[in-house]
Order: sequence, then structure tokens, then C-alpha cells
Amino acid sequence: MTLLSVQNLSLSICPTPILKDISFTIAPGEILAVTGESGSGKSMTALAVMQLLPDTTETCGQILLNDSDLLTQPEANLCTLRGNDIGMVFQEPMTALNPLQTIGTQVAETIRIHAKAPKAEAMAQAAAMLTRVGLPQDRFPLSRYPHELSGGQRQRVVIAMAIARRPRLLIADEPTTALDVTTQARILDLLKDLVAEFDMGLLMITHDLAVVADMADRILVMRKGEIVEQGATQQLLSNMQHPYTRALFEASGHTVDLPALQGTPAPILTVQNAVRDYALPRTQLFAPRAFHRAVNDVSFTIHQGERVGLVGESGCGKSTLTRAILGLEPVQSGQITAFEHPVGAAMPAALRLKTQVVFQDPYSSFNPRHRVASILTEPFHLVQNPPKGAALQSLIGEVLTDVGLTPQDAQKYIHEFSGGQRQRIAIARALITRPELIIFDEAVSALDVSIRAQILDLIADLSRRHSLAYLFISHDLSVVRTVTDRVLVMQNGEIVEEGATEAVFATPQHSYTQSLIAAAPVLPDLVALTSKTETIYDPA
Amino acid sequence: MSLSRNILIGGLLCLIVVSTALLSFVWTPYDITTMDIPNKLQTPSATHWFGTDHFGRDIFSMIMVGARTSLAVALVAVGIGMGLGVPLGLWAAARQGGWADELIMRGNDLIFAFPSLVIAILITAILGPGALNAILAIGIFNVPVFARLTRAGALPLWQRDFILAARVAGKSRALISVEHILPNVANLLIVQGTIQFSLGILAEAGLSYVGLGAQPPTPSWGRMLADAQTMVSFAPHLALIPGLAIISAVLGLNLLGDGLRDWLDPKIRVVRT
Amino acid sequence: MLRYTLKRALSLGLSLIVASLVIFFVIEVVPGDPASFMLGLNAQPDTIAALRAELGLDVPKFERYLTWVGGMLQGDFGLSYTYRTPVTEMIGDRIWVSLPLALYALTLSTLIAFPAGIYAAARRGKAGDMAVMGATQFGIAVPNFWFAMMLVLIFAINLRWFSAGGFVGWDKGFGAAMHSLTLPAIALALPQSAILARVMRSALLDVLGEDFMRTARAKGLSRRQALLRHGLRNAMIPVLTIIGMQFSFLLAGAIIIEQVFFLPGLGRLIFQSISARDLIVVESVVMLLVFLVILVTFLVDLAYAAIDPRLRART
Repeated sequence: MTLLSVQNLSLSICPTPILKDISFTIAPGEILAVTGESGSGKSMTALAVMQLLPDTTETCGQILLNDSDLLTQPEANLCTLRGNDIGMVFQEPMTALNPLQTIGTQVAETIRIHAKAPKAEAMAQAAAMLTRVGLPQDRFPLSRYPHELSGGQRQRVVIAMAIARRPRLLIADEPTTALDVTTQARILDLLKDLVAEFDMGLLMITHDLAVVADMADRILVMRKGEIVEQGATQQLLSNMQHPYTRALFEASGHTVDLPALQGTPAPILTVQNAVRDYALPRTQLFAPRAFHRAVNDVSFTIHQGERVGLVGESGCGKSTLTRAILGLEPVQSGQITAFEHPVGAAMPAALRLKTQVVFQDPYSSFNPRHRVASILTEPFHLVQNPPKGAALQSLIGEVLTDVGLTPQDAQKYIHEFSGGQRQRIAIARALITRPELIIFDEAVSALDVSIRAQILDLIADLSRRHSLAYLFISHDLSVVRTVTDRVLVMQNGEIVEEGATEAVFATPQHSYTQSLIAAAPVLPDLVALTSKTETIYDPA
Repeated sequence: MSLSRNILIGGLLCLIVVSTALLSFVWTPYDITTMDIPNKLQTPSATHWFGTDHFGRDIFSMIMVGARTSLAVALVAVGIGMGLGVPLGLWAAARQGGWADELIMRGNDLIFAFPSLVIAILITAILGPGALNAILAIGIFNVPVFARLTRAGALPLWQRDFILAARVAGKSRALISVEHILPNVANLLIVQGTIQFSLGILAEAGLSYVGLGAQPPTPSWGRMLADAQTMVSFAPHLALIPGLAIISAVLGLNLLGDGLRDWLDPKIRVVRT
Repeated sequence: MLRYTLKRALSLGLSLIVASLVIFFVIEVVPGDPASFMLGLNAQPDTIAALRAELGLDVPKFERYLTWVGGMLQGDFGLSYTYRTPVTEMIGDRIWVSLPLALYALTLSTLIAFPAGIYAAARRGKAGDMAVMGATQFGIAVPNFWFAMMLVLIFAINLRWFSAGGFVGWDKGFGAAMHSLTLPAIALALPQSAILARVMRSALLDVLGEDFMRTARAKGLSRRQALLRHGLRNAMIPVLTIIGMQFSFLLAGAIIIEQVFFLPGLGRLIFQSISARDLIVVESVVMLLVFLVILVTFLVDLAYAAIDPRLRART
């Protein structure tokens, strides 16, 4: 039996074609994962099934839900289907809920519009549904407002809203992308349980191939609005037909070739017992101010040419620590020394230049009104005799070439570059002063997997050519594992574990590290899968 | 589609008003200081395009010279507002949450408690009426408008990574404000500046109407309306024409502002009061 | 919530103190000697001396400020020099024209702007939206006192539905009094409603782009239901801000409109006092206007918190 059948769906938003000839089916109780990089049209596919597309969209084909075509239904019918027969969970739990209404009202609303139930009864059902998704009434009463809940809890509320009427089809658009890895694992488990319990079909949109491999019964890979390949998970993983699918999986599990460390180098960055407190807003008029300790007694050292990872979930103090190392914020106690000088405003320019930084978001890292050349030369601001004229031009050309761009790119504005190219420019800006230490602050987190693999290769390559040391801050364990020699695990402002990367990942000592590693979805070992199938189908 | 239409119509209206004002320096059909009592209160005709007032003065000429007053007052007032408000807003944003920010924002709130008319009343009570009053009153009221707008535009920019990068490079907050923040709030300021310009013309007309603005013999659209009031029953064109002049100038600026907004950045929100 | 209210109330009090200092400084310190200023150039020295004594100018400035503020707190604004009557009485008569006029206009403006703004937002980009937006462009450009003159020309002089000016007084009955305030209120309200309608529309359009509106649609709410149930309340924060600012503008604007309609309100009083150089009256009326504006700001702040639970929690 087929629950949802999409036939030859094409879609364009005047006049750009977005989807081309998409066909797939979902059966009750089945999880179909739609995956692909940004711009592949996966989210549009979800919105098309929901029929929540922009007004200017033109569609053709068929979307059959239990044999009735959604594309020909009038809007009034679609309203009775949405929320009742099809539920949807969105990516951003922080903004998906109305901030002015209680969670009870919002979950009950789904019930009230479709069941016309009286308010008290709808509220009772909402309470039951919230309990089912892991928000028991004694701790999360209906009267809570969204801002009183964490991201993971809010996503549970969104799920409760989506499944309140026990729909036959659930659509989840990147439901865990905005969440921490441990929260992600729990939300994915919840979704799996609900699918089994309610016998729902789940159309899951995600870019994370590890999640795909972990969750899906069937996988559909998209690129630029077209289906590249689809099939049952085991089959597809063990026998990829299309080179793009293979490239995508390989890029996801990409490992870089990191040059070996040499000799016993000198320390260049020393963090000693660093503490950073933030004053919290007063909760009572005359009560003493409470403090949040963002960084608590952190100590570590980075040596010349050493590649150190820093992992932890959001709010663990990574960003605060980064700012402190860059001298942008003072520490309340302890000391941070770089190149044998305390960091901060008093640091001589020549030493300042030796530490550079690459930020996460390639779209916010550059002043949109400046040309690349002036962006690249900004780090020379405090230097006494900065390179000028021809020397500067050749230096700019050199670093642009270093990161895989051309010297001509210096005259362009930043909007002329793609996300991956922008991140190369960010690295070029860090390289121009010939630093000894670069802080990569979630530098590859916003990138698609194939671009991410290229940037990781670039980082490894630069570290080989310039014998760079870096501090690689990331929430992504698999990335940290491949680009670092040593890793620090941070939780609630403290370093809970530190050690050689392979050792920590193979035999984590601290319970938090263990839970992080356990929660991270794992890509299937493609080599093992392929060789296994080869033996199975070996005619000999 | 509508972006170019707004800019076109608005720009055309503004061009007409501005060129009329400039032209009045070298040429007007009649001398506006000469009275011609026998020809008073004429309706529009070939000799007097917009008719004559109760002293027989040519209304078309008075409208031309009045445009000068309106534009000058509004322009200087916007200049005062931007000149003081933008640096204050940049400073407040650079020190978000600090004492400077608090002081500037509270000062803004305080000025907002004095509507421009009340400021004009206070100034007039002490210095006596005049065009300078109007400029000062409207200008002072414009300061918090631009300070708030600049601060609101600058605050999210301070959260962006390129500002962090500039700070890592060792740039001071003042330099970052000028080099990175200002160019990125310029669109916002241009659009709001156009709107404040139009509000300035309206405010000047209102102040002149109640006698707190330009004084005789300086012609002003607002005072022409005040003079016309007692005669509106038998000479409605005396009130109609200056009113339409004000409307065209304000409408032109508003359309231009909206058009520029759509063209530069549709996300900009202008504030009108 | 209590903490928030207290904090806002504290800010209200501080604003009032600073505002009163500014007004006192401008009126009583800047002109040098207020007595000779009020009496003009040809005043006799003994008249000036008499007024100086009456105004209590011999005591230090700070003490005078305290006396002034202390008096106001007890409802005593001093004695008008021109009319020799207590300013409190003069204001008392006239505020019952100006304040009802401003409130009447604000009500009208809101009643027109809300449906217009919601309608335009719901039909974004369609003919209805274009029509409303076009009309508001004109509404913004029209000076309210000119519009008032046109209303008088049409509805009072030609059609004779209303009187051209004057105020019958509340003792003639509520209906008659409101009738004589109707044209002034319309003149004040229409241009303001054009602004408010635009703010309403753009606030709603902003909210329509929010994720939670998509969530609401995914629940099965129609576009209209989503707009009314989830959009409207979220759009109220910017709208309330503008309503608050409009009230102060209407109070001040009423001063001009009172001139057009010869209404015996605070505006007339203030202009008479300026030409009579009666600084005591000017000072008192300005303080009263500023007090009303600051009070409205305070009420708007409280309304924010009533709407937004995050504000109640945070501060």
C-alpha cells in the first residue's frame, strides 16, 4: 500500500525551474530520507507536499496522498488535510513557535481546528501529546511559554503539534540540524518511535548523511532539483549507482592527510586557569547579581605547528574562550599568553599578527562594501611598516593563490563569491600576516559536505606548507577527528578531557566525552560495505 | 516595476519643487513685495497663473519663493538631525549597554517627550518667532530620530563576524564605526533622510501657519495658508494652491524615499510620526 | 511583571524630573530676568520690582525650582500674570477640549488604520493593497491644518453640516460637544491613520515572514486565520510604539488644529500667553503636555509587557 506517491513533479518559481520530474513514494510506517546539498531542492519538495509554496510557484505532475491529488485540491480542502493528515516539523525550533502563546494553546490549536473539540478537552489531549514527546506535565506544564524552553524542548513541542492529530504522513525538514548532537540523537529516537507507534510515513529532509544512513528505510539523493538516485538504504549504500552519490558519501566521511608533527616544539599559546564570568540580569530588585561562569579554570597549551581541536556543544563556553584568546574580552582571573606576551590591547602589533582567526559564517565575515583587496589587508592595521604598492599586490596575489583563488579576485566584491570561495578568502585574510597560529572557529560548519572536504584539505595542506599551528573549534566530532593531533573536550565552561585525538575518540575517559561520541550518528563504512557486497555477489 | 515608478514620479515632483525654488532666485513672474490692490483676489488666469492674494500679489511667484523657505528649513533641519544624531547613534551602538549608550538613549527619550511643536513654542517664548526657530525646533526633534535609527541599524552589524575580524586586527571602535558600520547603515540613512525631509516641510508649514515659523515678509507656504483662512469662503484658491504645493513636495519626497528603499534594500523600515 | 512595572515607573519619574528641569531652565534661566522679559522694554522699574517680588525671583534659582515643582505636585501652577487668575483654573477649563480631541482623533485614526492595514497586508501586491497604499501616500502628504480648512470649506461653509469653528461646551450635552469636535478630530485623524495603516501593514508583512506563521499554516490554519490568530498580536509591538508616538503628536497637533477651528483648548491658551509674554502659563502648559506624553510612553511600555511574555520574564 502506498501512502504518498509523488509523480513527475516539476516546479518553477517564475521562471527559474526548482524541481524537475520528481517521483517517489512513501508507505505507512516507512522513513524516506531526502538528502542533497544546498540548492538541491529537497526543502522545496517537502513544501510542495505540504502545498505551502510561494504564490508565484508553478507546479505540474501529481502529489497523491491516498490516491487523491493534492495539486488539484482547493485551498479549503488542503487546510483540512494540513495538520490532520500531514504534519510538519521545521528546522529552526527557536523561531517555529509563536512567542506570545503558551505551548499548551499552540498544541491544542491543532486539535481544536480539526476536531472542533471544546477547549478543555483539546488541552487535555495536548497535555497527553506533550507527555508522549517527552515533556511531562509536572515539569513542563501547558502554561509554559516557548522562551522558557531549550531548543530541543521546543522541537519536541513542534513535534507534538505536528502529530497531535496522528497524521498519516509526517514531514520533517532538517529537524535536528539546529540542535546539539546529544539532543539530536534523542529527537531522532523520538521520531523513529513515533513512526513505528502511529504507523506514519515519514518524509525526512536532511543534509546529514550519517543521520540518513542511521534513520532511513529508503534514501533519495537529489542534486539541482533532480533525483540522482533512490533506493532501499542498505542496497543504496552498498551499491551506489551514481558517481554523485558516491562523491557525496565520500566527502561526508572525508579524512585529510595530516602531516606528522616534528620534534619537540616550543609552546606558542598558553592558557592558565582562565576564568570568565558574565553578570546575569538581576532576578530581584535588591538581590545581589548572579554570575554565569562561561569559562571555568581552563588551562591548556598549544605548541608550534600543533593542531588542537576543541569540541563541545552550544553554550559550553567555546566562543567565550575564543574571544578571550583573541584578546577581545578580558579574563577575570588566570592568564592567556601568546608568543610569550599576555594577550590584550597592550600586545605589540608584531606579536598580534602571529595569531589570526577564521570565523564560521562565510556570509557575515566580510564587509559587503569592501573589495577583497581591502578585506585581506585589514590585519595589517596596527603594523608600523605594512607592505605597500607592488609588494602588497604580490603578497595579496600570493595568499589568494595559496587558498586556490587567483590574484585577479582581489578586485572583486564579496557577493561575487560562493560560500566555499568566501571561506577561502577568510583563510587568505588569516594567512596574509604569515601567522603561526590560526583559530578556526566552526570554520567549516556552514559549508556543504563537498566544499567542506575541499576546505579541510586546504587546511591540512597549508599546515604542511607553512607549518601552522591551529586551534580547530567545532561541534562536529568527525571533522575534529581528522584534522587535529590533540583534542580538548569542553562542557559547562570546563575542559573535561584532553588527549591525543585518536586516543580520546577510541577510548574516551570522561562520561561526557563518551556520551558525545555515542550520540554522534556514524557514517557507514563504505569500504566495508562495498567489499562485503563484492564478496556476496562474487560469482566465483 | 513599482520601484522605478515611485522613483520616477517622486523624483520628478522633487525636481520640479527644487528647480522652482532655485529659479525664484533669478526670476519670478511678478515681484512678490509689490502690492497691486486693484487686482486683488483674482482667480487663476493667463496673467496670474495661480491668481492673486488680498494684496494683489501674484500667488505663483509667492509659491516659487515659498518653496525656497520650505526646502531651506527642512534641509538644514535634516542636516542638524543627521549631523548630531548619526554620530550619537554610532557611539551608542559601539558602546552598547555602557553608560554612553544609556545616556544617549535616555536623552533621546527625553527629546521625544517634547514634540517639535512644543520645542518651537519654548524657543519662541524666549527668542521670539522666526524661521530660525523652525529650523532649530525641527532639527532638535530630528536628532533622536537619526540617533535611534543609526543605533538600531548598527547594533546587528556589531554582531557580525567582519566586525570581530576588524577588532582582531586591532582597530578601535571609533574607526570600526566609521569604516565598517557607517557605509552599511548609509542606505538606511538615505531613505529615512528623505522621509525626514518631507516631514520637515510639513512641520515648517505647520509652524509658519501658527506664526512660529517664517515671519513677514519672508513668503512661506504655511503663512500663505494662515492668511487665506479668513478668505476661504470666497477665495478658496488662496488656500487650495499652497496646500497643493505642500502636498506635491511631500508626496514627491515620500515616493522618492519609498522608491529608494525598494531599490537599495527592501528590508529597510522607515519611521514616521 | 511587578518588577517591570516598577522599573518603568522609576523611569517615568526620572523623565519627569529631567523634563521639568529642562523647562524651568529654558523659561526662567535663559531669558535672564523673567520679570523684565515678561513686562517688555517700556516697563516701569517699580512694576518690574513688583513682579519680581510676586514671582519670588529674589530667592535662589534652585529654591524657586523646588517651589514650582512642589506647587505643581499639589495642583498649583501659580498665577497668570496677564489674567490674574490661577493657571490651574485656566488649564482645567481648556484641557477638557484638547484631551478629548486628541483621544477622539486617536480612536478614529486607529479605527480607520487597523482594518485598512490588515486588509492591505492580507492582499499584499493585489489591487486592494495598491489602492490602500496609494491612498495612504496622499494621507501622509496632506498637512492636517490644510485638510482642516478644506473640511471647513466643504462641510461647514458649503454643506452646513457642522459649524465652522468654536466649541459648544460639555454642558450642552455629550452629543453636541462631540459634534463640534468631529471635524477637528477627522482633520487630525486622517493623516495619522495613513501613517498607522502603513505601519500596521508592514508590521504584519514582517510577521508573515516569520517561521511560526508557516508552522501555523502547517497546522491547517487558513491564511486569514493564521494572520488574525498569530500575526496580529505579534505585529502589535511596532504598532503600539507608533500609536504612543502619535498620541503625543496629536496632542501637539491639536494646538494647530485648535487655531483652525477656534477651539478654546490648550493651544489657544499657549498662543495667547506667548503674545502676552505670560511665561508662567507657557511653562505650565508645556510641562503638562510633556507630562501627558511621558505618561503615554509609560502606558505603552506596560502594554508591551501585557502582550509579550518575554518582557514580563526578562526585566
